[in-house]
Amino acid sequence: MNGLLNFIRRLGAAAVEGVWRIGFAARFFMLLLRHSGQSLTRIHLTVREIYFSGVLSLLIIVVSGLFVGMVLGLQGYETLQRYGSGDALGVLVSLSLTRELGPVVAGLLFASRAGLAVTAEIGLMKTTEQLDAMDMMAVNPIARVVAPRFWGGVISMPLLAALFSAMGVFGGWLIGVVFIGVDDGAFWSQMQAAVDFRFDIMNGVIKSFVFGATVALIAVFEGYDCTPTAEGLSRAITRTVVTSALAILALDFVLTSLMFRGQS
Amino acid sequence: MVSETDNLLVSLKDVRFAYGEREILRGIDLKVPRGKVVAIMGGSGCGKTTLLRLIGGQLRATAGTVEVAGRNVSSLNTAELYEMRRRMGMLFQFGALFTDMSVFDNVAFPLREHTDLPFGLIRDMVLMKLNAVGLRGAADLMPAELSGGMARRVALARAIALDPMLIMYDEPFAGLDPISLGVIGQLIRKLNDALGATTIMVTHDIMESLQIVDYIYFVSEGGIVAEGTPDELRASKDPWVYQFIHAEPDGPVPFHYPAEALDQSLIGGRSA
Repeated sequence: MNGLLNFIRRLGAAAVEGVWRIGFAARFFMLLLRHSGQSLTRIHLTVREIYFSGVLSLLIIVVSGLFVGMVLGLQGYETLQRYGSGDALGVLVSLSLTRELGPVVAGLLFASRAGLAVTAEIGLMKTTEQLDAMDMMAVNPIARVVAPRFWGGVISMPLLAALFSAMGVFGGWLIGVVFIGVDDGAFWSQMQAAVDFRFDIMNGVIKSFVFGATVALIAVFEGYDCTPTAEGLSRAITRTVVTSALAILALDFVLTSLMFRGQS
Repeated sequence: MVSETDNLLVSLKDVRFAYGEREILRGIDLKVPRGKVVAIMGGSGCGKTTLLRLIGGQLRATAGTVEVAGRNVSSLNTAELYEMRRRMGMLFQFGALFTDMSVFDNVAFPLREHTDLPFGLIRDMVLMKLNAVGLRGAADLMPAELSGGMARRVALARAIALDPMLIMYDEPFAGLDPISLGVIGQLIRKLNDALGATTIMVTHDIMESLQIVDYIYFVSEGGIVAEGTPDELRASKDPWVYQFIHAEPDGPVPFHYPAEALDQSLIGGRSA
């Protein structure tokens, strides 16, 4: 009986804690938006974060995009060829990448590369009292540290996702056209005919923008909210990666169902 | 200590503070006159750092008033608090230097954030502050390249960058070798006098403090248990002060954490 009561008690405590954290995160987001002015007026702060979140993630994005595209090329051709539609490889690769794989995989990579780094940096600043020191110097840490990192992530992510998709298309072309021998003209012309800028590309851009904002918010929040100990920091970093990944996949389903429902 | 209330920079009246249910401070009265170096001493976890955070406005008192320069800190809004903090400098326990900035940029940080001074002037001011702590030659180093004592001195230069009226130190001597400890102690005194500032220092390093401070408050279990000038405290027969100054392991501050009697624990106690 006691065990059951304890279980219910723990469940209740976890639920209350969860709801409290969501509320705190919402207030934190509002505060972040309120103090975002400095990220625009002192643009070098945001540019620096774009460099750390975006430019330093280029290698992993480019290489991953290339390999994902190459795998798509191989698998796609294998399947299309069964139905005699090998020439449609360009369509398959480009639609898969722009609609889904580009934003989602780039988002997951962005979370594990840049999101994790942002959480670790802010968390360590908190652990070593750097945020407190800044606050005592009458400099708002949310305006000076958190907001530029958030906007740096929001701006970087769509650009990285676009680059991921471009590299993927190149990888698909490399395998399909150069190695397998799909007709070069058919590959590009079918892609050009089938991919719609507003419907396919822009929806992909919207997705990557939403994923970027989500990952960046989770990363800065977990860093700012972490318990200032080594263990607390480690838990915050883990939560950033896990929560970001789940949020991206869940949001992808929601966005896909809103954007592509009942349309071809 | 001082009768003329208008000469006080910091004044705490019956200040109480609790983290949720856990009461940390139980009615603290404390006065810090302008121009003086005042130490707040006591064992670990007695609420000393909480006191500094209350004075700096990072925490709000549950009851009582905390006045700095005649203004009640608890009643200030964020903008007013930040305005007041521009005239305060605080040295954190391990320096809290910004690890992604050089020593120069760390000291220049408050100047760049709060003034529109041209680069040349900021450069001169930073080098003067670093010179005051003996580290002008280390301006281009990164915090990771500094020893603990050097990092503390850079943080001190940063804390005085805007020539504050009040400088607060949180455990400035913790973890320092004897030479660095003496250097920091002398800097605290000299900078206070040279800048015409007022200093509040939270520490448990009794020997160093007795040499440089004007007045000492002893805090224990959330209250002031003793106070006086260094000479008064050296001569004090108060058991609490005696235990602290002579580093006695047992006394009014017990060696043992409260527990049931030893034989009870060993014989009839709970299973491991």
